[in-house]
Amino acid sequence: MIWIETLVQGLMLGGLYALFAAGLSLVFGIMRLVNLAHGDLIVAAAFVILLVVEMSGLNPFVSALIAAPVLFGFGYVLQRAVLNRVLGNDILPPLLVTFGLSVALQNGMLELFSADSRRLPAAGLESASLNLGVSTVGTLPLMTLASAVAAIFVLNRLLYATALGRAFRATSDDPVTASLMGINPRHVFAMATGLAMVVVTIAALYLGMRSNFDPSIGPARLIYAFQAVIVGGLGSLWGTLAGGAIIGVAQTLGAQINPEWQILAGHVAFLLVLLVRPRGLFPRARD
Amino acid sequence: MQAYVTTRTRASTIAGIAAIGLVALAVAAPAFVSRIVIQDLFFILTMLMLAQLWNLIAGYGGMVSVGQQAFVGIGAYAMFGGVLLWGWDPVPAIILGGLAALALSVPMAFFAFRLQGAYFAIGTWVVAEVTRLLVAQWRALGGGTGTSLPRQVTADIWGVDWVADLFGVREAAARDILAYWLALALCILTIAAIYWLLRSRTGLALASVRDNDEAARSVGVDPRRVKWLVFLAAGFATGLVGALVYMQTARISPDAAFSVTTWTAYVIFIVVIGGIGRLEGPVLGVLVFWGLQTAFASYGSWYLFALGIIAIVVMLFAPRGLWGLLADRTGLALFPVQRRLILPDKKA
Repeated sequence: MIWIETLVQGLMLGGLYALFAAGLSLVFGIMRLVNLAHGDLIVAAAFVILLVVEMSGLNPFVSALIAAPVLFGFGYVLQRAVLNRVLGNDILPPLLVTFGLSVALQNGMLELFSADSRRLPAAGLESASLNLGVSTVGTLPLMTLASAVAAIFVLNRLLYATALGRAFRATSDDPVTASLMGINPRHVFAMATGLAMVVVTIAALYLGMRSNFDPSIGPARLIYAFQAVIVGGLGSLWGTLAGGAIIGVAQTLGAQINPEWQILAGHVAFLLVLLVRPRGLFPRARD
Repeated sequence: MQAYVTTRTRASTIAGIAAIGLVALAVAAPAFVSRIVIQDLFFILTMLMLAQLWNLIAGYGGMVSVGQQAFVGIGAYAMFGGVLLWGWDPVPAIILGGLAALALSVPMAFFAFRLQGAYFAIGTWVVAEVTRLLVAQWRALGGGTGTSLPRQVTADIWGVDWVADLFGVREAAARDILAYWLALALCILTIAAIYWLLRSRTGLALASVRDNDEAARSVGVDPRRVKWLVFLAAGFATGLVGALVYMQTARISPDAAFSVTTWTAYVIFIVVIGGIGRLEGPVLGVLVFWGLQTAFASYGSWYLFALGIIAIVVMLFAPRGLWGLLADRTGLALFPVQRRLILPDKKA
């Protein structure tokens, strides 16, 4: 029984990791951009939501709804003004620029919000639970998983059933030819990053309600997110969900054996998958 | 007179002579500068070595590793292990640190070389994290909280007595001087070795692999062999630096020794700001980094915030760094690796 319980908890945790990873997967899949500041952007979004909550007194869900367009705008400008300039065959420039952004964000947040742990007020939601028969699960983790599935479903529909999604895929395949068809790759890339920031806002909402956060926790979230993307395979959003689930289950299994092994078990699972399948489990795109 | 190929320029000859003078000055420095200056110089030399080594694998080899902190950490911990568990003297234990890092770089290379580009970067980072988490389980060396070298060990390090007598300083200051001399020797050795490597056939092969893997293969270069060689050598040397740094501080914890920010992010900033893919870059970069740190460290996090922004700005507007800007305007090269053909009539 304890193992089923562990498995279910792991899947819930995987939902959170899939949410961390979905924005990264989108950006990485469309423009091969490795955003090393992704984790810090999640933490920054959590602080933005917290600011809205504290200033307006609204609940976190409504606050996230207010924060999302702001963060979309930030993502759009970031891509248009900074990241578009370093895209190219050489992976070094984007890597270094986002590394710089990561250090700047961490330390900027440290100055603005201090190193204190903060939390989004969830009005009792964090302690509520549901009995599913085989196991009792927390309402909040279940909502996290459901939101991850919903976010990935919506992103997938957007990619494969809208004009914007067609532009995303066309630009990803060949920006030069796409621009011959009247698409502006710089605008398309900026839309993708803006969209990724909306997903980041959702991820930040659940991160902030579920546990404490402070300016230093970004890099670890980045690693979990990247592991989910890479395990799932480049360009496959459902793969990212599966990747998140694998990392989440591995972590809870590890923690079940020895609480100190939680993170280690996730890393080991990641390394094992890469050893067997260097391109992840469900790769769609070729590098 | 015959035509010949050379890498030497007049600037490099002058730089070579100046370097010899500078080294002589640096060796004698403990006689006339304060302990604070020696510690600053130690910091500059160790960061310079790390920057040169990262520059070698990323700038020349095209392998963008975000996991160099694994080698610093494992090198430092192996040195502590040698001292605390097997009773070695810290100075020879530094070699143990290098060997441990070399041993770690073999599985890391085996794993990471299967990955391309961004996957390589994240893969090396995860291997470093795994190493950190495993070392944090090593109870004999303090587990997650870390440990210190006991006083009777640090007082007894080879040569400390001699240095203390020579300069008439206390044991702690003598240890700093000893560490500084070791760093100086190791730094000269590292730069000389990298310079020699880059001017050799292997260096040419390395650059060709970075620029175009397939073209390199078509002229008979074995990319795997070259990459393995460079990655392992850099791992070994990074381990030595890690061990040396923690011999000087005499206190270690997994979070500090495996810090991605200190041992990889700052090192990358130094290389990027100075100029990636050239030996002069890290030298200039480390001086800028140290200058900024000395001038603005009292501003705390704002200083690091500014450092991140500076790295972004440099990457956007001067992607080949400050030295790149200088070299593009003047053609100056203190460590030239470019082969130039000198024709007899040009000499006349």
